[in-house]
Amino acid sequence: MLTFLASVGAAFFAFLAATGRLVRFALMGLAAALSPPFYPRLILRQIVAMGYYSLPVVGLTAIFTGMVLALQSYTGFARFNAESAVATVVVLSVTRELGPVIAGLMVAGRVGAAMAAEIGTMRVTDQIDALTTLSTDPFRYLVLPRLLAGLVTLPLLVVVADVIGVFGGYVVGTMKLGFNAASYLTQTETYLERMDVISGLVKAGVFGFIVALMGCYHGYHSRGGAEGVGQATTHAVVSASILILLSNYLLTTAFFGK
Amino acid sequence: MSDGATPKIAVRGLEKSFGPKRVLDGLDIDCAVGESLVIIGGSGTGKSVLIKCILGLLHPEAGSIRIDGAETVGMPRGDRTRLMQKFGMLFQGSALFDSLRVWENVAFGLIQGRGMERAKAREIALIKLAAVGLGAEVGELHPAELSGGMQKRVALARAIAAEPEIIFFDEPTTGLDPIMADVINDLIVTLVRQLGATAVSITHDMVSARKIADRIAMLHKGKIIWQGPTSEIDDSNNPFVDQFVNGHAEGPIQMEVRAL
Repeated sequence: MLTFLASVGAAFFAFLAATGRLVRFALMGLAAALSPPFYPRLILRQIVAMGYYSLPVVGLTAIFTGMVLALQSYTGFARFNAESAVATVVVLSVTRELGPVIAGLMVAGRVGAAMAAEIGTMRVTDQIDALTTLSTDPFRYLVLPRLLAGLVTLPLLVVVADVIGVFGGYVVGTMKLGFNAASYLTQTETYLERMDVISGLVKAGVFGFIVALMGCYHGYHSRGGAEGVGQATTHAVVSASILILLSNYLLTTAFFGK
Repeated sequence: MSDGATPKIAVRGLEKSFGPKRVLDGLDIDCAVGESLVIIGGSGTGKSVLIKCILGLLHPEAGSIRIDGAETVGMPRGDRTRLMQKFGMLFQGSALFDSLRVWENVAFGLIQGRGMERAKAREIALIKLAAVGLGAEVGELHPAELSGGMQKRVALARAIAAEPEIIFFDEPTTGLDPIMADVINDLIVTLVRQLGATAVSITHDMVSARKIADRIAMLHKGKIIWQGPTSEIDDSNNPFVDQFVNGHAEGPIQMEVRAL
């Protein structure tokens, strides 16, 4: 029994230590924003890498999500004659939940992994140490541009995902399920509130920060050559995905919980 | 120092462990201004750890590291970044930034570290590349397009680009053929002299050590067990040094090898 309690206690303290290291890492990255030099070109490059090149994958997942959502809610609501709610369900689900969560998960897989691999390779090949010896703070040069890009880019991606996702529902609703186009759009517009979109964009900013933080953190602390970089990449994607889902629940509670 | 001058680098009682393994165990060493010190020792004896502690890339558990008489252990990040402007470093694996072109690698410390304009930094980078025998056309390539020897020369050009006061060389000839190794050794000697810099090198290549060192120190089990002028390395009367210099398997340094 004592052994069991000791192992639980050890695991708890290890969790606290890991959380502390992560928070310290994030604060060191953000603290670099408080004093020059700044690297606007690097921030722009990260925004392009994270946003522009993620557009196809986010767009595709958004449109199919909107289409499936329309189909599923139609077949479900038909059981109690509530088919007219399809447009409302699609737009609220996409803007509040599915847009930010799916975009976050897609970007975690595409960009978070790439960040961890790039920074991890720089770590195991001494490039991060080389940055330091060249009077360049790695947090300022590598971490901050990625954190800022994550914070800014994912909300922009989610705006696109929202539009495409709602369009996917509209296409299925009007072309397959027989809704009148004008009434579908009216339903969409009538029940959509500003807060639905804002909450989704706030979530997206948090998710983008999480993706970048996990990519940078695991890459920065990778060890032991190619295997270590591979592990860092896996950890970055898995931890970002879990944190996105966890923080999504907390943010939803904060915005809409009673 | 015999003349009473402040050493450029003074290390006292340095201790560093990784888990249960104590790598540096109360290490003491000095390096005078303008001196070329080479630290020799077997693989895994802590040579790279010593350099990384001096550079502030690793934090020792105990001891003192003074640069120009000023304590650097526990130095705040901002002061450390300024101190780095005194240093140049040639990494064992070159550690070139693979996303940047060769000239951008050489000019990196000038542009990012010192805020120099790109055009001026590029001019200086091309001069430094020429100093290591590489033409301007190489400057436009990426590191992945270069051979190991060329990468080492680019790394050397990067290490001297900002004309540092102290240059560290980590295994500068490892992985190179003997001719290219000699080219790198010659470049190190010439460039360090031209800059009037203090040089600290670590290597287990005795040919390289004899060529670039004013003084050689041997690191074993976390301590400096012998040091002296290069000319005395063959008459050290130290069985550890003799075994290492002559490359004998038999001697006081025992490698842990298990029978198959």
